[in-house]
Amino acid sequence: MSSFLSNFVSSYNYYIIIFLMISGLYIVVSRGNMVKKLVGLALFQTSVYILYISPGKILNGTAPILSDDFSLYSSPFPHVLILTAIVVGIATLALGLSLVIRINEEFGTIEEDKLFEDEI
Amino acid sequence: MIEHIAAIVVMLPIISSVFVMLIRNNSINWLISTTASLITSIASIMMYLQISKNGNISYAMGGWEPPVGIEYRIDEFNALFIILISIASFLILLYARHSLNSELKENKISTFYSMYLLCLGGLIGILSTGDAFNAFVFLEISSLATYILISMGSDRRALLSAYQYLIMGTIGATLYVIGVGLIFVLTGSLNLHDISIRIQELELYRPLYASLAFITVGIALKVALFPLHAWLPNAYAYAPSVGTAFLSSTATKVAIYLLIKYLFLVYGYDVVYSNKIFVFVIIGLSILAMFGASLIAIFQSNLKKLFAYSSVAQIGYITLGIGLANYNGLIGSTVHIINHSIIKAAIFLAIGCIVFKTKISDTHELTGLGKKMPVIAILLTISSLSLIGIPGTVGFISKWYLIIGALEQGWWLVVLSLAISSLLALIYVGRIIELMWFHQPEDALIVNSKSLPVEMLAITFILTLATVYFGIDTRLTAGLAEIAVQNVLLGGQ
Repeated sequence: MSSFLSNFVSSYNYYIIIFLMISGLYIVVSRGNMVKKLVGLALFQTSVYILYISPGKILNGTAPILSDDFSLYSSPFPHVLILTAIVVGIATLALGLSLVIRINEEFGTIEEDKLFEDEI
Repeated sequence: MIEHIAAIVVMLPIISSVFVMLIRNNSINWLISTTASLITSIASIMMYLQISKNGNISYAMGGWEPPVGIEYRIDEFNALFIILISIASFLILLYARHSLNSELKENKISTFYSMYLLCLGGLIGILSTGDAFNAFVFLEISSLATYILISMGSDRRALLSAYQYLIMGTIGATLYVIGVGLIFVLTGSLNLHDISIRIQELELYRPLYASLAFITVGIALKVALFPLHAWLPNAYAYAPSVGTAFLSSTATKVAIYLLIKYLFLVYGYDVVYSNKIFVFVIIGLSILAMFGASLIAIFQSNLKKLFAYSSVAQIGYITLGIGLANYNGLIGSTVHIINHSIIKAAIFLAIGCIVFKTKISDTHELTGLGKKMPVIAILLTISSLSLIGIPGTVGFISKWYLIIGALEQGWWLVVLSLAISSLLALIYVGRIIELMWFHQPEDALIVNSKSLPVEMLAITFILTLATVYFGIDTRLTAGLAEIAVQNVLLGGQ
């Protein structure tokens, strides 16, 4: 029990990531409303950003500044990657939302149950 | 110039897609896109010749040396696919002009060309890059362009299928990124070549297999491996005909390439195939795809959906070769990627011609088409027959390699299921052939008087001819695939 607790405390960030990831995925699967699905998708993607960022942090380390005063610093690499991933995520979300707008114009509803029952 | 060729084949389609978006004149845009994809095709062939002479290309993008910078790594394996993708997209673009004019609204056509080129650039990027994260970025570039291509279909259900694909595709890409993140934490590198060396030094432990699982499932969503294929039939059915032909001959194939690259060149045979569960799952799902998707195809009434389900079944053949993982099995997979591209491009372009003349979408509307449009009906018949794997067509060649590969492993059940699933293909293809040739035309079949443009007929004819030609002369397909498998996947052993 105590080993589980110490494990939990020392890597609690990963538990938060997994919680976010699963809840995002659950929203995508369980909701029929197309906008809510996209919200879940965004949550799912965001959890991955944290998955990248948190291992790069070193305790007591500073930001990666090129100076002799600092020798211990966090890895800048994940930040660069996630900056790109955020852009990709925004593009996906924007495209998804604009598709939802077009679907609403064409069909008059964004509830998946109704749409897929009638159409496909 | 020649030393930057690896960057040119990726950048040229992407840069021209921007110009196409700005110049909103359909004829000029068609010319720009066709020229860009022609130059890309020529450059990719030059690149292949250069590799076979001087060895693999390693290009440091932006002058940042690998492993820190992004490396473009071209070998005989991915150069082969770059040639395939660029030539396929060039031929489809030549065909595209009149088909798009009849299927899309005039103000959408420029956007279509632009997204087509962006998707092409993204796909070639996935093939060329040697960086795990860069592959994700290109994966998303090509996917975002694909969603737009699909949503442009004239049927309003195209919007729903684009949305459905967007959700599934993004989940797939995100799972892939999670896998890459785990590898990054384990090895501290994103360069695929660098990772493959560092993985050998790791003890085999759980995070490595977790990353393998995430990456495999993520890419399998893009590949449309059987239980993850739900997005594919709708996307193919409602996209514009040109878009369907392009996607079916390129997009899923590139995803399969990425899967093969991870299994053999990044994780390596020893890590992946020492895990018996993995082999069991891949082989099992492939066989399920071959049977399940073929059975669904038999009962499909929508013509494009029927061939879309057949695509899912054919993808099963390709992943079967990956599961076999011996010399002949891998050649079977590689050849079938090429052959299936040619077959499906030919089929969907022939369907595009039929749609151009008649606007039909259901199989029963094909009744008696052989009498009204004999040439197109013959071409569709020939390319459908090569889908079954009749000797003398390309389908036979790839199945031959797969069967030999399965025999070498001693897996008789796999051989048996290859044979039976070909019979299932015979049923759904046979139904279409029967409808076209052995029935009188119904009154409902209205063929409009627009004459079929020469280039549409010519390109469909060339691709159909290719399905027969490469079934007889296999030097260009199986020959190059053998070189690729021998030198790259098996490391020259």
